[in-house]
Amino acid sequence: MSVPPERLGTRLRGVLPSLPSRDGLVVHGSLWLTLVVILAPVVLAAIFSTQSTTQVYQITNILPGTQLVENYTTVLFEYNFLQFMTNSLVMTTVVIVGKLSVSLLAATALVYYRFPYQNLVFYVILFTLLMPLPVRIVPLYQLMAEIGWLNTFAGLTSPFIASATAVFLFRQRFRSVPAAVVETARLDGVGPLRFLVYVLIPMSKGMIAGVSAVMFIATWNAYLWPLVVIVERANQVAQVGLRYIQGVGSEGLIEWNLVMAAGVLVLVPPLLVLLVARKYLLSTLASG
Amino acid sequence: MDRSNSRACLNDGGCRMAAITLDELRKEFDETVAVDGVTLSVADGEFLVLVGPSGCGKSTLLRTVAGLETQTDGDLRIDDRLVNDVEPKNRGVAMVFQDYALYPHMSARRNMTFGLGSHGSFSDEEVDRMVEDVAETLGIGDLLSRKPGELSGGEKQRVAMGRALLREPAVFLLDEPLSNLDAKLRDEMRAELTHLHEDIDATTLYVTHDQTEAMTLGDRVAVMNDGDIEQVDTPQQLYDYPASRFVAEFIGSPQMNLFRGTVVRTNDGVRVRNGRFGTVVPDPVPGGDRETFTVGLRPEDLYLADEAGGQSHSDPFEVEVTLSETLGDSLVLHATDGDTTLRVRTNARREVDAGDTIPVVADPARLHLFDPETGEAVYHSGTAGTDAPRPDPVEH
Repeated sequence: MSVPPERLGTRLRGVLPSLPSRDGLVVHGSLWLTLVVILAPVVLAAIFSTQSTTQVYQITNILPGTQLVENYTTVLFEYNFLQFMTNSLVMTTVVIVGKLSVSLLAATALVYYRFPYQNLVFYVILFTLLMPLPVRIVPLYQLMAEIGWLNTFAGLTSPFIASATAVFLFRQRFRSVPAAVVETARLDGVGPLRFLVYVLIPMSKGMIAGVSAVMFIATWNAYLWPLVVIVERANQVAQVGLRYIQGVGSEGLIEWNLVMAAGVLVLVPPLLVLLVARKYLLSTLASG
Repeated sequence: MDRSNSRACLNDGGCRMAAITLDELRKEFDETVAVDGVTLSVADGEFLVLVGPSGCGKSTLLRTVAGLETQTDGDLRIDDRLVNDVEPKNRGVAMVFQDYALYPHMSARRNMTFGLGSHGSFSDEEVDRMVEDVAETLGIGDLLSRKPGELSGGEKQRVAMGRALLREPAVFLLDEPLSNLDAKLRDEMRAELTHLHEDIDATTLYVTHDQTEAMTLGDRVAVMNDGDIEQVDTPQQLYDYPASRFVAEFIGSPQMNLFRGTVVRTNDGVRVRNGRFGTVVPDPVPGGDRETFTVGLRPEDLYLADEAGGQSHSDPFEVEVTLSETLGDSLVLHATDGDTTLRVRTNARREVDAGDTIPVVADPARLHLFDPETGEAVYHSGTAGTDAPRPDPVEH
């Protein structure tokens, strides 16, 4: 009889409660190491964001400084970071709403209807995964320039709206709805939109929340496209705004304490989203 | 309970009923022919069962009637209206699926009412009254606020049926509705379905692979094989006069014995023989100057020689028992006469063991002969042991 390793662990724990196993040590050791590697930069950034510029440059000084409030207010108001964060938030919200709408509709069409070349359509959508933004950035820029969307909100958000990943995930989820359920709806004359709103979405709430969380983080972290398409500083997003602060400097020194403060600020929204959506996120990743 | 206010007639507009007519209906999927030119009429209010082995096209046929599949060729009429290109929702059909097809996030009540809109406009009170009515008929009144996850299989199927009933369909389509239920529940639900059909009197097409369901439920039964209908008849006709070897084998359990028989002419008449088996057949031999037949004999039409009593019977022949199966109400003996294996159904309390050699006789009044090439029935001996003509199928 074979017992999965994780189950074996639980079993042995019951039998041999006091003996720490060698495997346990290895596992816990590597977990701690991973944790330190991941957390150290964040902790250091948080510490540096409280120090003065001079303190930051003392390489051995890793004690919290006294400029916490001062650094953060400077970044938020003098360097306009509040504006950048707001821009980011608006962009992310619009992109998520757009992405959800488009991909939910696309997935519904792929599942509810039967039309010729249905699979081909789906594979073409998947194919776009092979062309990430950096590959498309030059033609995309050209397109935006031609239709006059450079330096506009529409130009900033529209390229993000279509999402092959989301269509794929939703399609898979919707396909797991039994065919007979879809057919019952068709027999009743329940149209695709009503079916989406009253059946598919309620049946996929967790999945949608999880996908939205992933989308939020990805969009919030967008850097390249905003950098290219937005010229007006006041319209810029937080990730590029970070770069501005780095470029300001005083007395020839980059004010790393301010950069770190901005860096910490920029981490907060995704962190909140993760906290709220972690339950759904886990199930989404597990099912995807 | 007052059953006069039956469901299909609930709305004062009178009962909506419909005959279904299929004319050379054909459905292909790419290379595969699922339904191969089926012609079939289902009368108003009739309960017709489509039965056949898996993959015979019975579900596809049902789904084509529902409009979930579009036929490749042929015509489909419901109540004399050509519905070839009519949307499913406009065909006046309701369907019950094997796996219930309930919306998992909705209560039983909501499951029944969701999507009702396209079947007419009803006020909330009307809908409530209709739901209560249907729920009472099906005995699910207490379950209406539960979600499918909190219901047992039988309860789920009742809710699914309630949903279909609520639509007051002219045509009721059921796709193996009892297959997911355990045996005991299936028996109960089968009886309930019969009562329900008596109540609502809607034209019903019922698909199953289970011959017991087919025989017990159907006014008539259509046996399907390989995309086509082999025979449509009342259950008893189907059993007594199978039109083909396939039907003969498919209906009846344990299966009909089928073996090769050769025509032998002797002084006292014409016989069909196989090894030690032989029985008189009419002269001239049915089906022209054929020399060989596939002989069909149901296990219960074979007797141990000492049980045959004074009845006329075939020549006794010896067979060796290889296996003896106790069914409780009867005993099924698997026996061989060297070449042919036979199943003999006999008295449950006979003491017969494997290895015994026993004399067996056949009831010549229950003899079936099939064309060995085409499988078509060429002869059924009548009840009196003569070549009685096969009665006409009962018309509905």
